Amino acid sequence: MPNLNRPVSSFRKLSNLAFIGSAILASVVVLAPLVAIFGYLVMKGVGSLNLAFLMHLPKPVGEDGGGMANAIVGSLMILGLGSVLGVPLGIGAGIYMAEFGHGRLVTLVRFTADVLNGVPSIVVGISAYALVVLPQHHFSAFSGGVALGIMMIPTIARTTEEMLLMVPNTIREAALGLGIPQWRTTLQVTLRTASKGVITGAMLAFARVAGETAPLLFTAFGNQFWNLNPNQPTAALPLQIFSYAISPFDEWHRQAWAGALILILLIVIAVSAVRVVTSRGTMANNA
Amino acid sequence: MGVGIEVNNLNAWFGKAQVLNEVNMKIGPNAVTAVIGPSGCGKSTYVRCLNRMHETNPDARLTGSVKVGEMEIYAPGTDAVDVRRRIGMVFQKPNPFPTMSIYDNVAAGLRLNGFTRRAELDAAVESSLRMAALWEEVRDVLKKKSGASLSGGQQQRLCIARALAVQPELLLMDEPASALDPISTGKIEELIFQLKTKYTVVIVTHNMQQAARVADYTGFFLMGKLIEFDKTEKIFTTPSDKRTEDYITGRFG
Amino acid sequence: MVGQTAGVKPFEHIEVPHIELRSSRISKLLDVLFRNGLLICALSILAIMALFFYELASRSQLTIAKFGLHFFVGNTWDPVSGDFGALPFIYGTLVSSFVALVLAVPLAVGVAVFVTELCPRSLRGIISFTVELLAAIPSVIYGLWGIFVLAPLLRTYVEPWLAKALGWTGLFDGPAYGIGMLAAAVILAIMIVPIIASITREVLVAVPQNQREAVLALGATRWEMVRMAVLRNARAGIMGGIILGLGRAIGETMAVTMVIGNRPEISKSLLAPGYTMASVIANEFSEASDDLYLSALVEIGLALLIVTVIVNACARLLVWSITRGRGGQAHA
Ligand SMILES: Nc1ncnc2c1ncn2[C@@H]1O[C@H](COP(=O)(O)OP(=O)(O)OP(=O)(O)O)[C@@H](O)[C@H]1O
Ligand SMILES: [Mg+2]
Repeated sequence: MPNLNRPVSSFRKLSNLAFIGSAILASVVVLAPLVAIFGYLVMKGVGSLNLAFLMHLPKPVGEDGGGMANAIVGSLMILGLGSVLGVPLGIGAGIYMAEFGHGRLVTLVRFTADVLNGVPSIVVGISAYALVVLPQHHFSAFSGGVALGIMMIPTIARTTEEMLLMVPNTIREAALGLGIPQWRTTLQVTLRTASKGVITGAMLAFARVAGETAPLLFTAFGNQFWNLNPNQPTAALPLQIFSYAISPFDEWHRQAWAGALILILLIVIAVSAVRVVTSRGTMANNA
Repeated sequence: MGVGIEVNNLNAWFGKAQVLNEVNMKIGPNAVTAVIGPSGCGKSTYVRCLNRMHETNPDARLTGSVKVGEMEIYAPGTDAVDVRRRIGMVFQKPNPFPTMSIYDNVAAGLRLNGFTRRAELDAAVESSLRMAALWEEVRDVLKKKSGASLSGGQQQRLCIARALAVQPELLLMDEPASALDPISTGKIEELIFQLKTKYTVVIVTHNMQQAARVADYTGFFLMGKLIEFDKTEKIFTTPSDKRTEDYITGRFG
Repeated sequence: MVGQTAGVKPFEHIEVPHIELRSSRISKLLDVLFRNGLLICALSILAIMALFFYELASRSQLTIAKFGLHFFVGNTWDPVSGDFGALPFIYGTLVSSFVALVLAVPLAVGVAVFVTELCPRSLRGIISFTVELLAAIPSVIYGLWGIFVLAPLLRTYVEPWLAKALGWTGLFDGPAYGIGMLAAAVILAIMIVPIIASITREVLVAVPQNQREAVLALGATRWEMVRMAVLRNARAGIMGGIILGLGRAIGETMAVTMVIGNRPEISKSLLAPGYTMASVIANEFSEASDDLYLSALVEIGLALLIVTVIVNACARLLVWSITRGRGGQAHA
């Protein structure tokens, strides 16, 4: 038999230290860009952020000042249209998967939803273009809303399903046992019990598509002026940031940073609010 | 060869809750010691203190000293990794490595310690599996079947073989048979009997008949205190503490 | 008990209100309507997927008919003379995604291992939250940061150094623009780290604690425990996370468009500008004047759709089989 009575070799000890060192290093390297991105956003964005930026239209090249008021409003309009389409369909699909969730069809829908989540947003853009813009012969906030709404559906459906599945079966049985019909049980008992999680899912999906640019490039298209008509080309914050960022003008670059700061603030507030409300961290409370 | 154990003033905590309270115990070499007591009294915690597994829980804390053979396992210079190599442990639920073959399961500890020579590994795997009374059942599928493909009883004997392969001086077993059927339990008990000739064994059990059958010494724990520790015979026939007697008669009916 | 019933008064003194129960026929009808309404919602997910394929396939018929498979191996992209070959874009997509994976995988696995196996509990929440935030940053903001911060950084510090140290490999040849394939890969890496890290974390957590204890009790160091008990059991799931990250990298549009340089050329050097499938659609789609040009762009979109669907399907199957099917027991 081999002789095992010897101390742990220094090679093993060193590899252990090297392992711990690299794991710490990896974490630092991963967190560094976040600090850098937020640092620059605040540094460069705050300077250009003022009331005019929030209240005024873009100025033509060469003139200082101006703002992204129309893009902020346009974004909200497109997101609103998207939510009207995406939220009910997503929640409905989620309820179906959770409450009638046996059989092949549901597995297929669930799988397709997950795969759909990974379809590039530019492809969603082309599809919305083909579906809405081509028949209508013009760009519009409406077509942008369709693109964003389609992107919200699978995310909302899957979170809704997960939240409903966490509702204990005894609650459903209690309601059904009282003779309450299925539709009432589902809407007024099951869905209500899970409402916090379902709302969270919808808000996260909203936050996710709020920053989407690619699906709007050839649907909402952008606009330098005010537009409140959903049937007209409409400005959106991410589009405006994009076109200003790739422009050759310093003044526009400054505005792009300011717009990015506004956009990220909206998203971070939404994500943090959700986290506080539900206080159910994903990475934190396992293990 | 087995070693003796000397536990002095051992206290253990999870967070603020004290789970072991001033435990003292002296065990001679090559003996089987049973640890009994009601659920939650600290039996598992106690054996996990004997090989420094307790500290792998982030909330865990401990004071006191434990000497295994010549080694003070909580002395500042002592390496927990080394301690655990020298002290084998078998858990309540069989936990073979599902991604490794039977052979690799048994060889895992040796490989960790730098043994890679074919012949050495082959010999150690065979002798460990023989000691665990599993060799005949698995010799033909050693490298073909995964550790998880065996039955529960076989998995537990595989885990015993895995622990024996690194030639521990002391073997700790935390309710090794509680998840098994009577036949597998019988096999494990028989095995413990034989292991006694080469190793010191500490076994946690809920089953008092089992303690009576396999153990030379028995310790009775209640709410983190070692109430009584003596020859098994004495504990089960004429316990000196009223609480031990209550517990034992309550169970023996 | 029998004796006591005699003394108990019946319910006579309680007035039971008269309730009109809704006709069960109406409620049955509502149930059927409800169920079918939900079914339509669920089917909309399948319909969307089908619609994507239908729209993209039908609107790329012109180039599919004209170029066939040559579309994917030709490397001239000349809208004026109507000659379309997508190879430079495919090359750019593959290379930028691959380099991004090479950079991102060790970092993502490292941070996931750190969070689940090493770090003090107080840090856990902060790190995970930060990683989640990284995932929430819109890609146009990554692009903005890429143009004005990352690219100058690469141009002045990293690229000259790479050219000097590794120029002989040919991978880091030519002038340092900052903007180019390397910048795209770095931005992509930053963007996919959170995806890979969060899936990896999920599968690491799913590895049963008793596996870790088994290895520790044999006398293993922390590293040996992670290697033998954790990574080994979780490898299929980690693979799933990596493939998911790859899918995201392949389809990522805005950030890449903003930093890759947008030049349809195949160059061995990572310092040179390139172009990707998603970027060319983003840049040229609204300018595509004739039907053939449009069809060529849509066909690139179709290829992108097919590839990402396959990649995501594989990843999902892998991750599903780990996190729900077997509770952490990976393949033997
Ligand atoms: N990981 C832990 N964190 C916090 N407290 C724990 C932990 N493990 C055990 N405890 C507590 O420590 C006490 C002793 O637990 P231990 O597992 O040692 O009991 P036991 O005697 O082995 O019980 P059983 O017979 O049920 O296995 C119990 O009160 C238990 O609640
Ligand atoms: Mg126990």
